[in-house]
Amino acid sequence: MTGIGDYMINHHKQCDEVFARAEQAVGAADWQRAQAEFEAFAHQMDRHFDMEENLLFPEFEEKTGHAGGPTQVMRMEHDQMRVVIHDMRSALEAKDAEQYLGLSETFLVLMQQHNYKEEGILYNMIDQVLGDQGEKLIARLDSVA
Amino acid sequence: MNQAGLQLEQAPPLSVPFRFFLLAPVFLLLAAAALLWRGPEALVARLSPAAIAVAHLVTLGFMAMVMMGAMMQMLPVLQGSPVPRPRETAAVTCAGVGLGTLALAAGFLFGERWLLNAGGLALAAGFLAFVAAVLVCLAGAPSQNHTVRAMWLAVLSLLVTVLFGVMLATLFGWGIALPNSSVHSLHPGWGLLGWTGLLVVGVGFELVPMFQMTPHYPKPMTRYLVPAILALLALWSAALWFDEGRWGAFAVACAVMMAAAYALFAVVTMALQQRRRRRLPDVTLDFWRVGMGSLLAASLAWGVRVAWPGPGPESIDILIGVLATFGFAGSVISGMLYKIMPFLAWFHLQAMCGPGVRAPNMKKILPDARQRLQFRSQVLALVLLCAAALWPGTFVYPAALALAAAAVLLEINMLIVVRAYRDNLRQVSDARPGSPS
Repeated sequence: MTGIGDYMINHHKQCDEVFARAEQAVGAADWQRAQAEFEAFAHQMDRHFDMEENLLFPEFEEKTGHAGGPTQVMRMEHDQMRVVIHDMRSALEAKDAEQYLGLSETFLVLMQQHNYKEEGILYNMIDQVLGDQGEKLIARLDSVA
Repeated sequence: MNQAGLQLEQAPPLSVPFRFFLLAPVFLLLAAAALLWRGPEALVARLSPAAIAVAHLVTLGFMAMVMMGAMMQMLPVLQGSPVPRPRETAAVTCAGVGLGTLALAAGFLFGERWLLNAGGLALAAGFLAFVAAVLVCLAGAPSQNHTVRAMWLAVLSLLVTVLFGVMLATLFGWGIALPNSSVHSLHPGWGLLGWTGLLVVGVGFELVPMFQMTPHYPKPMTRYLVPAILALLALWSAALWFDEGRWGAFAVACAVMMAAAYALFAVVTMALQQRRRRRLPDVTLDFWRVGMGSLLAASLAWGVRVAWPGPGPESIDILIGVLATFGFAGSVISGMLYKIMPFLAWFHLQAMCGPGVRAPNMKKILPDARQRLQFRSQVLALVLLCAAALWPGTFVYPAALALAAAAVLLEINMLIVVRAYRDNLRQVSDARPGSPS
């Protein structure tokens, strides 16, 4: 049986993959491809944030009865990442590779330390608390556009 | 379960890791100065006072300083468990290890026993404060994954290293005989094969796939390599202890297996890096490759050296030492600093920015070209130091100068990060609306 945590960890990997492809295209100054890869990356990130903020975190908070704990920190970090993704888009539109690559470097460290915390701590907690409705939740996560 | 484990506030103040980092290149520069002063003498005999002084300036002042600073930063953030009293712990550790290293090196260079005694005491106090704080922190970590376990074993190895170090300090300082003559081998053994090696391996298992986007290390390797090395280290130590420092067949077998384990880590890391998905030029990646190349060379040379019957040339021992310390750990450390320092500066700045205000990105804080220049100087220093280990008469002075250049450039790069942080802090706080969020 696949747990919710495993499902989300797998999606982290997909996000890593599209992130690397977009960065690669910018590095090669292939702007057309960069545009497409970046949109795929931004979309997967949005989807990931949606899955957590609109589905997993509220369910978890309801079960555990507190909204101010780790999920709140994760939301704050999502906001930080959104800001960087926004700036990456501006750099892409301006075809400013140097700016984009500086931002993507920053984004990578930000995202990886965030993912590490989720994968090492939060997802385990979510699996413990929401594990009994795992399959139903995964089906709902799948349907997040 | 510790629900507070993810609090952002657990990140220590910026000054906590930065004070360790900013001090480290100073010791590298002092090592270069000692090499310049003593010349070939510092590299002809492994146990000459000058060689011991240089070795400790590098391993304590540079390597341990950065490794401790990085752990104080990473443990609370990544493992979700705060280091108790971070400012006080950092102050005591920095002062103890910093002053202790100075006194110890000066004691060896000037032949002053009181300096050796004072240095030994200060080092023991500084390291014990660090070890105690980190053990409290690790015990409270909500997730006991393989990296946390590796950190446990690395820190316990540090404790063992310090214990043997204290015995040696009492020998050199007070003239108190060693309980066992194997301590001469066990002290560097636990410092390099235990503390340094296990920490790099344990952290590398996480960080290499994360930042270079490589495939993960094989599961059995992440599970068993670190405990296996520690078990071999313990068996090797016991064998040497019972034989009063003489290398029997069992000790040799343990050492060869440890060398093979580290060689395996180096080869697997380099192979994974070949398959990385992030293919842009990256100074950290290049530092890791130099580090892994050095680790492989040091492991192979040491494995052959210990299995070889009869005494080998001293120059090979010194070469192995250069590769294992400055080549392996020194490269990995510098590479990691170029990720940690600009990111922390950005992270703390961004956290203080008001809406619509942006902190400069990592590469604006520290441009690639500056990292690249320092990387080249450090590789040059490594190559020349290796040559100086084999031919001290010819190469010790160029090596010392290159080492000094690498140290100065590293410190300059760090100060650029600090300056970017300070300048932007002023702008950020000026641009910020009156009420704190």
